[in-house]
Amino acid sequence: MIFLQTEDEPAAGFGVLGAALGGKKSWTATAAAGHLLLQDAVVAAEAMRIPFVAYIGQRGGPSTGTVIYSQQELSIARDGGNGEGLRIVLGPSNLQELYDLTILAFDLAWRYHLPVFILGDGYLSKMTGEVDLSAKARVVKADPIVQNGKRVMNLRNCYSLEEEIARVLHRELKDYGSIAKEVEKSEVYKCTDAKIVVFAWGSVASATKEAVKKIRKDGHAVGLFRPITLKPFGATRAKQSVRNAKKILIVESAFGKFGRLVTEALFGISDIEVERLYKPAEGITPEEIEDKIRKML
Amino acid sequence: MSQPRLPKCVNKMSKPSNFCPGCGHSLTLKNLGFVIDDLRISSSTIFATDIGCSLLAWDYFDIDTVQSHHGRAASIAVGLKRALPKTTVISYMGDGGGYSIGLNHLVGAARRNEAITVILVNNTLYAMTGGQMAPTTYKGESTSSTPEGSFAKEDPFLGPEFLAPICHKEAFLARTSVDNPIQIKKYIKKAIQNQKNGNFSLVEVLSYCPTNWKTDAKRTINFFDYLKGFYKTGVIKGEQ
Ligand SMILES: Cc1ncc(C[n+]2csc(CCOP(=O)(O)OP(=O)(O)O)c2C)c(N)n1
Ligand code: SF4
Repeated sequence: MIFLQTEDEPAAGFGVLGAALGGKKSWTATAAAGHLLLQDAVVAAEAMRIPFVAYIGQRGGPSTGTVIYSQQELSIARDGGNGEGLRIVLGPSNLQELYDLTILAFDLAWRYHLPVFILGDGYLSKMTGEVDLSAKARVVKADPIVQNGKRVMNLRNCYSLEEEIARVLHRELKDYGSIAKEVEKSEVYKCTDAKIVVFAWGSVASATKEAVKKIRKDGHAVGLFRPITLKPFGATRAKQSVRNAKKILIVESAFGKFGRLVTEALFGISDIEVERLYKPAEGITPEEIEDKIRKML
Repeated sequence: MSQPRLPKCVNKMSKPSNFCPGCGHSLTLKNLGFVIDDLRISSSTIFATDIGCSLLAWDYFDIDTVQSHHGRAASIAVGLKRALPKTTVISYMGDGGGYSIGLNHLVGAARRNEAITVILVNNTLYAMTGGQMAPTTYKGESTSSTPEGSFAKEDPFLGPEFLAPICHKEAFLARTSVDNPIQIKKYIKKAIQNQKNGNFSLVEVLSYCPTNWKTDAKRTINFFDYLKGFYKTGVIKGEQ
């Protein structure tokens, strides 16, 4: 393994791209303002279809902020840059998933030649705990893109004509659409009969699950919908999960970045009440979530 | 022996190239192509262009080519070279990309003595975007963002001289000019050799941009000669 500490995030990002072009599995990690700078390389990866993996330890913002709780980097991860956001964003909710989804990230990046984000937070990044490492990694080979022994590659990510870039984009969007169907992943927990469905992701979803379990024990029909791929977002499953719900609750450590995704996914369902527990840049405990749900019963 | 008109490693399909008539990029690329032919390395070379007029060379060669953003042509080259140490990686950029927006990457690569070769075309302005002032703009030089003449009080930025004290002792740094094909080829050859020896190298090529200088042939040469008075050519670090 080669470890390289670069001068900044664009250098790390483009270095990772160079290594991927050369046929090596490569990745980087950053947060906050560094995440913004990294998007420079991510759009290049999208444009030239180069595999790319980054771990983001979200930080509270605006600006460079705190380092434990935050879900405020969701929109940048999903749509940062001046492209169409043709990437995959994974949201692990505990240490085991951090391990498993990181394996998945490499698999997806090299399978589809797309950028993949693992979107964590300081809480997940810094905690220690037991992880089962026995899961076998599916190994997708990292073939070199340049020096591939077959043909000379002339790659670019800059076009001078609108028509030219539009043609490329339409092709890529179509391709992304079919990839999306294959990779969408979510956890639907006790939603079949749920009158209240709570929407949460990442470590906040772990706290939410605790709360939902507790309230279920008292016999109330509560469920959890947790997207594991935040992009692509499994809107169809999200809709199915609220089939019997009268109310939904959206919980996140941000002010509606996730909430807007949820309401967009549920667009068209009108007879449902929406409650929100938004705590931008703060952690959310199972007790707070339990409290909120109990008030909705 | 007379030289063919175009190097063998040039991608004939991409001709005529996209550069303006009289552009120094074409001359630089042509000479780079001759060196690649001479060294017989076209199949094991990776060419990384930047943004700016350098990007117009994305399909200039029948050689693996990738394109990046300002000065990141150095960073992507670093990744490529680390992944494929046996290849020759040439990073090709302008003075705006290399010495301003992406300078950090040149500093990082030079400091770590990354085994890559940077060829930086200095035409004293941001050419592709319409000729705005760059750190290399000469005092008083009129550009589209300084029509009354550059207001810079300082001397223009001297890239190789700036990098010299922070580079590894085995690094190779030089400046040549686009009107001196023999020297261009000599320095590029040395630079590639230095990469093969595991060290960083950079060759700055002082170049013409008649389009943004708004000069005819004669005035282009006159201004170029004037620039050469300040931008001294020669080896700045490494063996002569
Ligand atoms: C990060 C970023 N900033 C600005 C631009 C706009 N831009 C495109 S080309 C260019 C000028 C490049 O000048 P230089 O590197 O000197 O190369 P030249 O065109 O002169 O060969 C600029 C500023 C960009 N593409 N990306
Ligand atoms: S604008 Fe200047 S640098 Fe760019 S192609 Fe034309 S002459 Fe060359």
